[in-house]
Amino acid sequence: MVKSELKAEPPSTSAGNRSLPADSSTSAAPTSKKPSPVLSLLPPGAVILSFFLIWYLVCRLHMVAEYNLPSPYTVWVAGLDEIKAGHLANDIVASLFRVAIAFTISTVFGVPAGLALGQNAAARTAFVPMLNFFRFISPLAWIPFAILWFHIGDKPAVFLIFMATFFPITLATMAAVANIPSIYFRVARDYNYTGIDLLTKVTFPAVMPQIITSLRVAFGIAWVVIVAAEMVGCQDGLGYGIWDARNGLRLDIAVCYMVVIGSLGMIFDRLLAQLSKLPSVRWGYER
Amino acid sequence: MSVNQSTSRLEVEDVSHAYGAVSVIEHLNLVVGEGEFLVLVGPSGCGKTTLLSLLSGHITPSSGAVTRSGVIRTVYQHDGLFPWLTVTENIEMGLRSIVDPSERRMELGELLDLIHLGSFADHYPHQLSGGMRQRVELARALAGDSDILLMDEPFSALDYQTRLRMRRELVRLLDKRPRTVVFVTHDIEEAAQLADRVLVLSQRPATVCRQLIIDAPRPRDLTNPDVIEATEAILEELGLSGDGGLDDESLIATG
Repeated sequence: MVKSELKAEPPSTSAGNRSLPADSSTSAAPTSKKPSPVLSLLPPGAVILSFFLIWYLVCRLHMVAEYNLPSPYTVWVAGLDEIKAGHLANDIVASLFRVAIAFTISTVFGVPAGLALGQNAAARTAFVPMLNFFRFISPLAWIPFAILWFHIGDKPAVFLIFMATFFPITLATMAAVANIPSIYFRVARDYNYTGIDLLTKVTFPAVMPQIITSLRVAFGIAWVVIVAAEMVGCQDGLGYGIWDARNGLRLDIAVCYMVVIGSLGMIFDRLLAQLSKLPSVRWGYER
Repeated sequence: MSVNQSTSRLEVEDVSHAYGAVSVIEHLNLVVGEGEFLVLVGPSGCGKTTLLSLLSGHITPSSGAVTRSGVIRTVYQHDGLFPWLTVTENIEMGLRSIVDPSERRMELGELLDLIHLGSFADHYPHQLSGGMRQRVELARALAGDSDILLMDEPFSALDYQTRLRMRRELVRLLDKRPRTVVFVTHDIEEAAQLADRVLVLSQRPATVCRQLIIDAPRPRDLTNPDVIEATEAILEELGLSGDGGLDDESLIATG
């Protein structure tokens, strides 16, 4: 009796349909419904625009004295002057150069150091307290030594930015490596990954998403530190520009430099964020 | 298919294993035959996974000896694929021993066809469904020179119907590429549908409390009389048939 009923069922419910990928209907390939790029720029654009509007109104209605807060217009004029005089471009290049050098040194030493420490629990126990100790010393505290050891020019600024970024990169990489799920290493063993293969084809790609995130964070720190770093021993740079403007009581120029620093920081963060769109690291951001 | 089938060998001799003071396995003896499909069932926490780790060599037993030869690969419940590699690249992991690139390409194409995922070759694991991921894992484990597959509840993270399909899929794949299989599961139906031999393990410390040989040909339907008979036998052994398992003692025991 049971058998005849079973046969009456439509064939599609049987488990034997294997001509197609068995579960293609439930398959992924996430269909994201993002709004169009123009539309998604609207809210942040509106916020920034209202910020400038409020700034303008505060100055226009003389709610704050001109010598306490330069108006958007005077900043704009000062900016144009700086561009015409060639200062701004020169300062941008100088700052970017220093950050690029320091950031590269931090990455080149920090990531391998993190990889090494992450794989060795004993080394971790030994080094982590020291690394944390240095991490919590503000780079500003190193200014006297930066001058003493590196005198003037690019070197003291590079040193200060390095001190600010090396420790976070190292520690983040280390933590990421230490937390790689053990299953990856068991699989790697089954498939004969050893030595340098294991490092470059398993360990490194497994922490790549976190490394990218840590580089973004470190770049943010580097860019913040540039102002302080260029107040010593430098004759150019965005940080020096602010310092110089302050000494000349030119707040309009100082604000102009602040706008440039903020904008460039944002742009470079967006660029670094593009790294996280690499197909081989997407998995790290989609779980 | 596999050239060196004859070299595969898996033997457990008087093995005991303990984590600290907790004895997980005691005096276990086991010989896995060439090309055999051996299924281990038992209550959760009885040491099935530990036994697999001992077989694969990821842990060494506290006492006794495990003899193994041949290439052994483990298929895990989930997350066994490398998420930073595409389907193709994951399967290629299993082909690393093949030196000739054209041969490797052919083998890869064959494996992709075998699991019907050719159109997903460049997808990453996180873009696939659970069932598709497990099929890629199977293809990777079957690739190249593997001899023995250790399967640690490979389908238990899947929904019921996908699980049913995957069992058929596994039977089909093994038909094309015969391997020695040690398969751990808590799913009794699964054991009855797949196994040449079922070992029912006891509560911790694990010992074999029953051996069951099922010689009906595969694939076996869930409703196949042999499967039903085997299911009943396993249920009985685990104390889960009739009104067994309802007394206080066994409820406490399975906690």
